[in-house]
Amino acid sequence: MKIPSLKPATTRVDAGRRDFLKSGASAVTLTIASGVTLMAFGGSEAEGAADAGKRWGLLIDVNKCAQDCTACVSACQHENGWKGRGTPETDAQWIRKVTLKNHATGHETSMPVMCQHCEKPPCVNVCPTGASFKRKDGIVLVDKHICIGCRYCMMACPFKARSFVHEPTNNQSVNAPRGQGTVESCTLCVHRVDKGEIPACVEACDATGNGAMIFGDLKDPESEISKRLAEYPSVALRPDLDLNPGVRYAKL
Amino acid sequence: MERTIYREISFTGQLWMWAAVMGAFILGALASVVYVEHHGHIVTGMNNQIVWGTPHVFAIFLIVAASGALNVASMASVFDRTVYKPLSRLSGVLAIALLMGGLAVLVLDLGRPDRLLVAMTHFNFSSIFTWNIFLYTGFMGIVALYLFVQMSRDVHPKWVKPAGILAFVWRLALTTGTGSIFGWLVARPGYDAAIMAPLFIAMSFALGLAVFILVLIALCRLGERKLGPMLIHQMTRLLALFVGAVLYFTAVHHLSNIYVAQHSGVERFFLLAGGTYTFLFWIVQVAIGSILPIVLIYRAETPVPTKTAILASALVILGGFAQLYVIVIGGQAYPMDIFPGYEVTSSFFDGARASYAPSLPEVALGQGGIALALLVTFLGAKILRILPTNLADSNRP
Repeated sequence: MKIPSLKPATTRVDAGRRDFLKSGASAVTLTIASGVTLMAFGGSEAEGAADAGKRWGLLIDVNKCAQDCTACVSACQHENGWKGRGTPETDAQWIRKVTLKNHATGHETSMPVMCQHCEKPPCVNVCPTGASFKRKDGIVLVDKHICIGCRYCMMACPFKARSFVHEPTNNQSVNAPRGQGTVESCTLCVHRVDKGEIPACVEACDATGNGAMIFGDLKDPESEISKRLAEYPSVALRPDLDLNPGVRYAKL
Repeated sequence: MERTIYREISFTGQLWMWAAVMGAFILGALASVVYVEHHGHIVTGMNNQIVWGTPHVFAIFLIVAASGALNVASMASVFDRTVYKPLSRLSGVLAIALLMGGLAVLVLDLGRPDRLLVAMTHFNFSSIFTWNIFLYTGFMGIVALYLFVQMSRDVHPKWVKPAGILAFVWRLALTTGTGSIFGWLVARPGYDAAIMAPLFIAMSFALGLAVFILVLIALCRLGERKLGPMLIHQMTRLLALFVGAVLYFTAVHHLSNIYVAQHSGVERFFLLAGGTYTFLFWIVQVAIGSILPIVLIYRAETPVPTKTAILASALVILGGFAQLYVIVIGGQAYPMDIFPGYEVTSSFFDGARASYAPSLPEVALGQGGIALALLVTFLGAKILRILPTNLADSNRP
């Protein structure tokens, strides 16, 4: 008696099972590997919280920025724990007040300068290890785990926004761990932003009553920052470099 | 003419003394690294304005000279100048040694040198630094292969030329990469010039040959080998030509910048009002490091006396250091123009010329790099057959 071959049927069943297993394995791999990738490439928790649908930015109204006020600088120091040690050439400065005197008219004005969170950041382009990176929501950060301290990003930044940690660190803030021998800069208070809060500098500026800084989502046309930008003229620093910074200045 | 015979140099008291001196400099560099790593870069002259200091001047000098030192071998196997053939092996070993010295300085000056492995496992291919990691390690591998092809009895000599061409093309890419570290920095007016790449290539020709001439003379004396005056004469004349090429690219660089109104400020700084940098440019780089050696070489009798060759080579090296100091440190000292049309002041030295003075730990690290390069070269000549027994003019191919 001829025994009917079961081979084709078995093959079909196996193929189906294999496909299922394969897709399951792919899903598991994707789930695990994406986590591994996130961790390995420095995004980790911070990258995970970023929303590609947003682009965080600042609008600074230079007219409202009082010349003798440094509330934003003090708030940033307190929030991120980078207070100087009295050696200005080597002390970190994540945000600084700059005084500008117009060559032609002599008019003086003052404004804060920090990382401009560029859409096309030169620091990210030149970083050999990828430690300098831009989150999906436009915030430019340094991954302290893979920064080798080569300082090429400091050479490349057109805004002098980055500092090198020249000394051993102590009394660090839990908000922004620092490390000797690595580079750091304004994080746009990413730890606050991910909790739905505003950066410490903006909060401090509001508290003084000056209200010179507005934080918000540049991609949301209904956000206050977008409306103001649409309504009034503003400029980016070094517009010639076409970096499209997330920080804009009005009435400069 | 007898056949070119390569032999290891023998141990002499003088060789031991040189090795001990080099060892002392290397220990000094290691002590500097431990000191800086312990206290942080605050103990160096570098700061948030001058982020690359004296170690980078030494490192870039050595890297640029490394690619140039290989030219002697390239002249023999790529351009068929057989007179240089007996020097090809030394040329390759010196090139690798100089690159090792330069990379050691570069890596040991990192904020986190312990993370070297991170640099070798995480790559960002939009960074010229990342490309340089491959160009530098590739250079060592290709030159090692080039040496093997030349020295192995099992490899047919027909392979020397292809290996030489590969090494020559690679070294051009390497120096282009090194120049582009600066040339592609659009933010700083002192850099941001595509001519940096050919300028660095011309510098490598001059500096590499100057170092090669000095090392060759030193090794022949230490190893008690004959060295023909006409060989020195030819190399020294070539050196003068290369120095002229560096002057040409330097002139084009500055003249182009002067023509662009936007860059006139930085040119005024370099050429007229930069204090130390202006002095280093005109007096050390141009006068003492370029024009004087050219005059010395062309005014000397034929063959150029060895003493003149040594002096001219040393002056070219001095000029090279001055040039790199002005490019690397002067380029950072001039403030970035973040706010055109405004006079700027801030607590972070915006609008101000940055101050910098080299510190002992930085100089010690840089000297250690030179010592490492020389020690590796001497060791190479001691254990490998790279130096011909007779380089007398009567024995030239």
